[in-house]
Amino acid sequence: MTEPLDYTASELLAVMSGRILVDGQTAFAGVGIPLLAAVLAQRTHAAGLTILFEGGTLGPFVVAGELPPSTNEQRCTRRANMLLSITDVLLLLQRGYVDVGFMGGAQIDRHGNLNSSFIGDPADPAVRLPGTGGGNDIASLTQMIVAMKHERRRFVEKVDFVTSPGYLDGGASREESGLVAGGMYRVVTDLAVMGFDDETRRMKVLALHPGVTAQEVRDNTGFDIDIAAEPKFTEPPTGKELGILRHLDPDRLYTA
Amino acid sequence: MSDREITQKPYLKLRADTQARDRSLREKVMSLEEAAALVSDGDHVAIGGCTMSRTPFAMIWALIRARKSGLHCSRSITSSEGELLFASGVSEHILTSWFSQGIVWGISRIMRAYTESKRARFEEWSHMAIGLRYRAGAMGVPFLPMRAMMGSDVAGQLDNIHEMECPFTGERVVLVPALNPDIALIHVQRCDAYGNAQIDGLEFMDIDIAMAANRVILTTERIVSNDQIRRAPDQTKIPFIAVDAVVEVPYGSAPHECYGVYEPFFDHMDWYAGRMKPEAEAGIAAYLEKYIYGPADWAEFLSLLGMADLLDASRRGRSIYND
Repeated sequence: MTEPLDYTASELLAVMSGRILVDGQTAFAGVGIPLLAAVLAQRTHAAGLTILFEGGTLGPFVVAGELPPSTNEQRCTRRANMLLSITDVLLLLQRGYVDVGFMGGAQIDRHGNLNSSFIGDPADPAVRLPGTGGGNDIASLTQMIVAMKHERRRFVEKVDFVTSPGYLDGGASREESGLVAGGMYRVVTDLAVMGFDDETRRMKVLALHPGVTAQEVRDNTGFDIDIAAEPKFTEPPTGKELGILRHLDPDRLYTA
Repeated sequence: MSDREITQKPYLKLRADTQARDRSLREKVMSLEEAAALVSDGDHVAIGGCTMSRTPFAMIWALIRARKSGLHCSRSITSSEGELLFASGVSEHILTSWFSQGIVWGISRIMRAYTESKRARFEEWSHMAIGLRYRAGAMGVPFLPMRAMMGSDVAGQLDNIHEMECPFTGERVVLVPALNPDIALIHVQRCDAYGNAQIDGLEFMDIDIAMAANRVILTTERIVSNDQIRRAPDQTKIPFIAVDAVVEVPYGSAPHECYGVYEPFFDHMDWYAGRMKPEAEAGIAAYLEKYIYGPADWAEFLSLLGMADLLDASRRGRSIYND
């Protein structure tokens, strides 16, 4: 028996969300955990993953130790296949070239709507958050993977503000609003991997991470969440995965 | 004025303003101060670049020093330059998709302080919506349709956005109105004295911004000859007919980056972000005094950033061309 490896919650997030990406896919990645996870996937099971950055980069390979501070600096362009304008790279989503969008989240609700704009009343907010960036566009136009910390204040019944649409009010409300393509695919946290019911579009737990209990997920979720009586478990991060992450982010900008 | 009046120009007015510009092949090299005089209080100023990249920082620095006021600013993504525009009182309204220094530094305390107290407004649109708004402006059409934003509260809190059924297919689309800025500020790696600009690396929304705007101020790392431009006209991204001013400003995006020339001045930006932490408003007031109003000229500003940081940023910036 080998000793369990030590890892941070952020490292767990990066590993678990990176595993969801499939070789050959085209993925729109936000900076931070999504970027790390996408690069980790490239260096493990998905060497043919094409990364898109909203700054206008198609198919780059990020250099270890030179993680970009946003998706818009020259570090995002290393060994890219093409650079294009922001508008044109975002239009690839609308045209249908993108398989999956991948980003972090500040607040999410049971139907997978994301809020990165306001905490509290939008007219008189307790906190003005940085806003959508391309989040709204990505969530509106492709399948989404969201990686975020699992905390009760972040997993709420209804978000204060729908910045990036998930399934809106559930059921067919997303399609009825005019968003005919895409939708929330997976939510990956430091506790579990979640998906959405095909009919109700409510969030449900697909698998717990090693050592996590169903009760722990319930305690950290601000709404009733469906968990199977005998839930599946994810495989713990491997030494190889953690080694690649620490090589990519030696200063622990995103994985502290 | 409503947001609609600020950002949209009647079509014939737009054309007349363009016709009235001197679009001849003429030299238009001037100083930062002279270029700043082209910006009027209350103008809609579009800012080129994105986040910390090719920000026209020297031009914004000059506008703050010239004590402009009431500027309506727009930019794809807004970083620390937006904090300085708010805190200096130059702008109380920024239209953008994301506003903070950068994700690694957390939420902007200045953006929060000014918007939460309603001293300034952060008008939020999706990134693609802003891009299509500039593009509509560049195309000379009043709007473009798109398939994002629907169903969200981002669209819900805007009054100048409209949903309709496509007259051909019956599909629901959202229409976003053209943005035709009064003036665009764009920093490039090189251009000639007439304003033919070449851009290396990511172009962001700059070409649409330039063609949508009523006037364009280019700041440039270096001015090259028109002969050099004519040897590779396929590299010209912004044509001289759209440009009204050319200012040669080495390190004109510092402390942000300029592709292939320098990366962000990370030590300075870390220090700046840290300075805002204990007391954001006092911190940025002190920063404005020391770094914006204080220096005699741009060279003195760069001296304050320091030679060590400048060399480090340059080494990292130029490394993009290393094998």
